[in-house]
Amino acid sequence: MLEKFFDDGHGHTSYVKVWVLLLVLLLISFVGPFLEIQAVTLITAFGIAVVKAFIVAKYFMHITMEKRFVTYIMVTLLVFMFLFFAGTAPDVMKHEGSGWEKPAWKAELTATHDGHGGHEADHH
Amino acid sequence: MAFRPIANTRSASGIPTAKLATWWVVGSEIVIFGGLLASYIMHRLAHDAWSEQAAHTNVYIGLFNTFVLLSSSLSAVLAHKAAEEGNGAKAAKLLYYTMGGALIFVLVKSAEWTMEITHGFTITSSTFWSFYYTAAGLHAVHVIAGAIIMGIVAADAKKNQELHRVELIGIYWHFVDIVWIFLFPLLYIAK
Repeated sequence: MLEKFFDDGHGHTSYVKVWVLLLVLLLISFVGPFLEIQAVTLITAFGIAVVKAFIVAKYFMHITMEKRFVTYIMVTLLVFMFLFFAGTAPDVMKHEGSGWEKPAWKAELTATHDGHGGHEADHH
Repeated sequence: MAFRPIANTRSASGIPTAKLATWWVVGSEIVIFGGLLASYIMHRLAHDAWSEQAAHTNVYIGLFNTFVLLSSSLSAVLAHKAAEEGNGAKAAKLLYYTMGGALIFVLVKSAEWTMEITHGFTITSSTFWSFYYTAAGLHAVHVIAGAIIMGIVAADAKKNQELHRVELIGIYWHFVDIVWIFLFPLLYIAK
């Protein structure tokens, strides 16, 4: 569908059309948060970022015109990135687990909930 | 006697080695920036207080710089097209436009940082600002490096030499654009 939209009438990609679509998507991601609905912000900000990245990779970097293994290399490295994320996220995002805890962070969270603070929690 | 660099002519993989090397650079950058952004995301999700800090970033400046980078990517891909058509002079001109975009981006970023630092938001203010300056700074270093390399490529392209390099610097530049595409919502939109 996008190929037809981007066609310059001579069977080639119109890069200006690609650029215009990217700008439209940029505007949507900018306007989305003004609706103040968290789900909409997540979709318009991050969902659209993924779509924009795909469009740049496909139509500007021409990744799909390269040998298939170039895509495989990129996807493999992306998967590694998600593995690193999954491996370290519990340690960063939880204040306690099986046999370990972060007492300083827990104390600050308690203080935040009691209304005595909250501005220091970001120092971890 | 001048030697031709073998890295541009050897092609064991079916892809010219210089292009394959460029893709490997992009691959390694995915892990570098991906790791940094993943760390940012997990810390951000864990600490609600970060949104108070993020509220101080200027979304209009982020929007403008995104527009600049997307536009510089357009001129980079048009330069690639011109190089494929054998028009080195046009390719060089378009690469200079891209470099102009890089210059605007860096100048705007400098003004933005000056404003933030004078308001007391420095790299040591909080973990959010540490991530902010590290991520945006690392990205800006890539913009500056790309612009310098682009100048070298454009100088050759103007003489109709080494036109294949126009595509290679374009691949790198589009990747720098993609990184910013993710930095924009992370640092400016998600308040």
